[in-house]
Amino acid sequence: MSSLQGYVDRRVLLILQDGRVIVFPASKPNANPQGVMVGFDQKSNVVLSDSKERIYSIDAGVEEAPLGLYLVKGDMIVLIGELDDAVDQAVDLGTIHAEPIPPIRY
Amino acid sequence: MLIFSVFKTLTDQQVTVELKNDLSITGVLKSVDQFLNIRLDNIKVLDEARHPHMMAVKNCFIRGSVVRYVQLPSEHVDTQLLEDATRRESLAAVKR
Repeated sequence: MSSLQGYVDRRVLLILQDGRVIVFPASKPNANPQGVMVGFDQKSNVVLSDSKERIYSIDAGVEEAPLGLYLVKGDMIVLIGELDDAVDQAVDLGTIHAEPIPPIRY
Repeated sequence: MLIFSVFKTLTDQQVTVELKNDLSITGVLKSVDQFLNIRLDNIKVLDEARHPHMMAVKNCFIRGSVVRYVQLPSEHVDTQLLEDATRRESLAAVKR
C-alpha cells in the first residue's frame, strides 16, 4: 500500500491540478515543527498547517503567499513531495524565474 | 489488477513517470497501491531548467489519476509472461 503515512509531520510540497504549488515555510533550526502535513485520509485528502503558495513567473522571482491551515481535496492533488530542508533553504527563491507548472489536461 | 501486479514486481527499479501536466519525473519505484498511486524515491525532474519547482524534493507520492505514462525498465518486464497473463484474464472474464 502506497500510503501517505510517511509524510505526516514532514515538510511537504504539493502540486495541484491547476498548476499551483503549495509548500510549507522553512522552519528555523530548533524551532517548533511547523508548516507540516498534519493529516490525510483514504481519499488522499490532506490537511496542512501554516501553508504557503509559491507563485512562479518568468518575469519575477518566486513569490510566497501565506495560506495558513489548508485542507486540500484528494482529487485536486497531483503530487506530494517531501522537502529536503537543507536544499530548500539553500535556494534563494527570489532569483528563480520559471514558468508556472501547467494545469492537468486529460 | 494485472497491471497492479506488474508494478509490484517492479519495486526498487528505476522508472520515469510522465504526468498529465507534461512533467516527467525519474526515480526509484518504492510502492504502488490499487489506484496506481506511485511513490518514488531519489527523484529527478527531467527538464530541471524549465521546472525548478521540485529542486528540494527527494521523494514523492504521485496520484494515479494524473499519470500519463510510466516508462519501465524493459529488462525487468517479462512481456511473454504478461501476454499470457492477459489472455488468461480476458478468458476468465468471458467465462464469467
